[in-house]
Amino acid sequence: MKTRHKRMMLIVLGLAGVALIVTLVMQALQSNINHFFSSSEVVAQKSPQDRTFRLGGLVEKGSVRRDDVMVHFNITDTIETVPVVYSGILPDLFREGEGVVAQGKMGADGVFAAEEVLAKHDETYMPPEVAKALEQAEQSKQDSSANTNINTSTPNNMGATE
Amino acid sequence: MIPEIGQFALIVALCLAIMQGVLPIAGAGFNIQSWMGLARPLATGQFLFVVVAFGCLTYSFINNDFSVLYVASHSNSQLPLQYRIAGVWGGHEGSLLLWVAMLSLWGLAVANFSKNLTAEMVARVLGVMGLIAIGFMLFILMTSNPFDRLLPAAPDGRDLNPLLQDFGLIIHPPMLYMGYVGLSVTFSFAIAALLSGRLDVAWARWSRPWTIAAWMFLAGGIALGSWWAYYELGWGGWWFWDPVENASFMPWLVATALIHSLAVTEKRGSFKSWSILLAIIAFSLSLLGTFLVRSGVITSVHSFATDPTRGTFILGFLVVVVVSSLLLYAWRAPKVGLGGSFEMISKETMLLVNNVILTVAGAAVLLGTIYPIIIEGLSSMGYLAATNKVSVGAPFFNIVFVPLMVPLVFMMGLGPLARWKQASLPDMLVRLRWAFGTTALVAIIMPLLMGGWSWLAALGMALAGWIVSATSYNIYSRLKSGRADELLLARIKSCPTSYWGMHVAHLGVAVSIIGVTLVTQYETEKDVRMHIGDTVTISDYTFRFDGVTDVTGPNYTASRGLIRVFRGDYEIKVMHPEKRIYTVQTMPMTEADIDTNIWRDLYVSLGEPVEGGAWIVRIYHKPFVVWIWFGAIFMALGGLLAVVDRRYRVPARKEAKVKVTAEPGLAKPTVTATENS
Repeated sequence: MKTRHKRMMLIVLGLAGVALIVTLVMQALQSNINHFFSSSEVVAQKSPQDRTFRLGGLVEKGSVRRDDVMVHFNITDTIETVPVVYSGILPDLFREGEGVVAQGKMGADGVFAAEEVLAKHDETYMPPEVAKALEQAEQSKQDSSANTNINTSTPNNMGATE
Repeated sequence: MIPEIGQFALIVALCLAIMQGVLPIAGAGFNIQSWMGLARPLATGQFLFVVVAFGCLTYSFINNDFSVLYVASHSNSQLPLQYRIAGVWGGHEGSLLLWVAMLSLWGLAVANFSKNLTAEMVARVLGVMGLIAIGFMLFILMTSNPFDRLLPAAPDGRDLNPLLQDFGLIIHPPMLYMGYVGLSVTFSFAIAALLSGRLDVAWARWSRPWTIAAWMFLAGGIALGSWWAYYELGWGGWWFWDPVENASFMPWLVATALIHSLAVTEKRGSFKSWSILLAIIAFSLSLLGTFLVRSGVITSVHSFATDPTRGTFILGFLVVVVVSSLLLYAWRAPKVGLGGSFEMISKETMLLVNNVILTVAGAAVLLGTIYPIIIEGLSSMGYLAATNKVSVGAPFFNIVFVPLMVPLVFMMGLGPLARWKQASLPDMLVRLRWAFGTTALVAIIMPLLMGGWSWLAALGMALAGWIVSATSYNIYSRLKSGRADELLLARIKSCPTSYWGMHVAHLGVAVSIIGVTLVTQYETEKDVRMHIGDTVTISDYTFRFDGVTDVTGPNYTASRGLIRVFRGDYEIKVMHPEKRIYTVQTMPMTEADIDTNIWRDLYVSLGEPVEGGAWIVRIYHKPFVVWIWFGAIFMALGGLLAVVDRRYRVPARKEAKVKVTAEPGLAKPTVTATENS
């Protein structure tokens, strides 16, 4: 009987421990999720103010400007652009006109302060989110049907991620 | 002609795998000796034909046969020979062929090192491995054939991704895949046990060395990947909690749990069904890893372009494997039995805690890794409001992982000392009083020595100090307990190698913890703009930038920086970080220069040129960073010591006799270190 009693206690303790861990894990998860937003969504104020999120699109051509170790550039989905500032060295495959995903917070001055610019390891890779954002932008352009002037910088492999 | 031979060989290998997956298992089920006897020759044949296929692809690479699509897209006539060979697994198709080659190699190993196993067991284990091989070979032939022709042939290849043109590519994927695929052996042993309905101590003894071997390769592969990322990506990070990394880390965590659970199964006959479940989970996670890496469903920091139809195939295969093995488990596991009972304070309980923690850690990493897919899946099915794509940040993994390591490490000191069945906690704590003292001392002194108090540094040093001191005490009391006239060397030799293996692996964990703690707490990173002659000082090292020169490599041109490092007035190092442009893909690559010694790494890499001949230069001082990978070498070495243990080579029958004659206390040597004292 005694052994059984102890074993029951062990099981109860174990379950309580697991329940505690699960709660803590779920809390940690809730506070560390980053949502992805396109530049149009950021301009439409859909992105959070004091929270880290991911901003993705294309690096606008001619927008990259250096100021000591600070780098300024614009991220665009071909409709709206958001200015970004980043301190440090950019990944090797960061290029104007190419897809990019930056993680950081929106500053009070309307400039997105990137803490991290995600590197890609392959020239032809396009993050699925970015491809989707560009597609939506394309869609809304066609809906408004005012302007069919497709940005030629749209990378050629968007289809690969569909 | 050669690629066609390769493809034909692969098809023959597939046919052999089909026979291997059907006949031996059926033979074992209906007790047909001749069918069971086919397992070994079929596994050998499958290996030979896969080697032929692999050899043909390698031949095409070496001879620049750009009429093969895969070669044309992953090689170039200017690519140095060693990368042309390693380029075989530099892309999707070839890395799957490597997967299959590793699988058949493990099959060959099982066929040759299974003299102690019953014919039925061998038939079932190799049969299950044959079934896995069918899945992967079909996958290659149907969706990712590396032998597809490109007509007309390309004049030259598109070159291997410059990031992969590195020594890391030569050893990291084969090592990692050996680990990934090695878990299929453990899995096959588990399924074989479920099929036979017999799961005895002999089963645990058979599958244990195979599990440890796979675990060892996996540890080595993960560490190599981390080291490679550290020096090749040019930003000095060594772990990013990226989906691709997590994909290899999850099976490793579960395999670690499995090794410990199998110890209980072998020594005490307990945890049997749990061991089987872990074996199934470990291999499923390694398949899931393949799925995550190959399908591109999750945005990864280092994603390569991928093709989603391939992801669907692996996902389907994964579902078939998981569902069928879990169904089999649910059906047969109750037959397996529970094994011996134990008290609440006992080695069994501590190993149980170890297993719970490692499994929870693995589950947390899994949750964080696939959470984006879950959310997307739920919202696309309408169960959740449509949201924007989410990603899980690295802080999540750190917040969850670090606290879990504390009780795990505590058990690591206590567990080896505890007795089976029933142990006395007060007794153990008293015996470990010196270890507690040392731990406290190290935790207080080390952060101050490193030049600044930090609670996390103290915690990390406490964990490492605890492992080292408790392990030392354990070894000391074990060596003390022999006969008085025995020499120390003789006493050391009298301990089985698996005993040393356990301690070496545990010390490896301590070494890695020291590295991780000190580098994260005390590293200095600086991105600065430097004109020629500018200096930057980081923790008593002064770096002077002396400009860049242009150099030409075999298939790239580079700007080669010249940075002199001074300590005091002495020049201690001249460093040459490079910014390369690979000519074929015109892709830039940062090639960092690193000066390593055991206490610190100095890491410099070139950013980009700015006006006036100046460059943005990245300079890091990383104390103790190599300890992270040294720890992994220790762990792998510990695994090796455990695998070569004599008892795994003694046939079961002879061993029974040995057991009778041996002293009871010595019959289970790895874990009874101090029972006699």
